Amino acid sequence: MYKKSVRRRRAVLALLVSLSIALLTVYFGESASGGLHAVQRGFLEVMAPLQEGASRALKPVSDLVGWTGDVIDAKSENEDLKQQNEELRAQLAAAQTAERDARQLRGLVGFNESARFPDGHDPVPARVIGRSPTVWYSAITIDKGSDQGVRDDQPVVSGAGLVGRVSDVAPDAARVTLITDHTSGVSAQIVPDGPNGLVKATVGNPNDLILDFVQKGRAVRRGATVVTSGWRSSRLESLFPRGIPVGRVSRVDSDERELYQRVHLKPFADLRELDVVEVLTRNTGAVQNAQASP
Amino acid sequence: MNVTWGTLVRLTLLVIAVVVVQIAVVAQIVVFDATADLLPLVALSIGLLAGPVAGATVGFLLGLVADMALLQTLGVSSLLLIGVGYLAGRFREMRDATHKLVPPIGGFLATLGFDAGFALVQFLLGVDSSVSPLVIREALVSAVINGLLAIPVFAAVRAALRSDLIDDLRPRRRPVTRTRVLSQS
Repeated sequence: MYKKSVRRRRAVLALLVSLSIALLTVYFGESASGGLHAVQRGFLEVMAPLQEGASRALKPVSDLVGWTGDVIDAKSENEDLKQQNEELRAQLAAAQTAERDARQLRGLVGFNESARFPDGHDPVPARVIGRSPTVWYSAITIDKGSDQGVRDDQPVVSGAGLVGRVSDVAPDAARVTLITDHTSGVSAQIVPDGPNGLVKATVGNPNDLILDFVQKGRAVRRGATVVTSGWRSSRLESLFPRGIPVGRVSRVDSDERELYQRVHLKPFADLRELDVVEVLTRNTGAVQNAQASP
Repeated sequence: MNVTWGTLVRLTLLVIAVVVVQIAVVAQIVVFDATADLLPLVALSIGLLAGPVAGATVGFLLGLVADMALLQTLGVSSLLLIGVGYLAGRFREMRDATHKLVPPIGGFLATLGFDAGFALVQFLLGVDSSVSPLVIREALVSAVINGLLAIPVFAAVRAALRSDLIDDLRPRRRPVTRTRVLSQS
């Protein structure tokens, strides 16, 4: 009797482990349009309303916990914020002056003042209805999908800056891979005239991004702003339009043995406190223009 | 565990509810830069309450539903949660699982093991970025939070499945024995 029970237990264990490894192997080997991926998207479509309902119904609970934490953090952040406020005031004055200059320059070259940023994109606002619990998958689920015009690889922003890109789409929901995910890479540049590089994540530290492939010898100022570079070649185009703020330079590592210097950034967007984001969808006019251009 | 159709329905609903609450609510609450994770706690609780087969099966289902809902690589969470549920069930068979400290210590260890396993699998599958040492801190904080959460989660799982558990885990008392005084002669 005991031996039978042990045999049964081991058989179930072996079956489940084999099934998991088989799933892992098949999933990892197939493309994004494969069978298991399609089943996942279908499942997300079923789960999205449940997630949205739970997210709305239990929002007061999460807000209460968040508020308690915020009160504790607020005291320590107060001094930092005062200092930042001073800096921002100075930056605002400089920006307003630059804006006035820019407006005059735009008038000279005939730019349309009302042109939205970024050009050729329409924003689709979306609520965050789910989040991956592990640091190894830095992703969120939003409540807008292909029915609302969301497509794979479209950029996603918050009010503060770049958040990530759409990596999977269901009719009424989509998965957004954040810029803090280890698979993420964003071509970016330090403004106003700094070098270009590739923004990569640091797994486990959402407040630290790395602008990699910045050539040695190029001056990088601490506190400088980094924006998406939005390159375009004759055949290919960056997923991210030019000029979306990504983060601010926090420090620079320069190792003599390395060919490049590693610039550390603090992202503008608070990627752990996202409630509402915007997907930048290409408007049809822009798509046609892009297709028509050589 | 007394398995009926009702048990299967209750377990399925429990798995779906836990995954939905984890993704939509718990994962969005950040405490000391870490979040709680109900999945290893529920697999642990089922293992402690119903044995290794039930623990491993529910662990597999929890992982499968979570990976499906999060569009993550299928099989990773399942593989690890099978281990959590199975080992918890084996612990129940081999040791006294009725002690009050078993859920919190088990929750701490299960979360730590789950996070370490997840990291290992990710490294095996390939990581394209640098990894911050803060991962370790986050895993530890998450394990501590889960250790604290394990007590109410264990109680909730036991309450949800009470009617299906043949031998519900309660603190065992020593049988009262009457002893004779021998030294009177």
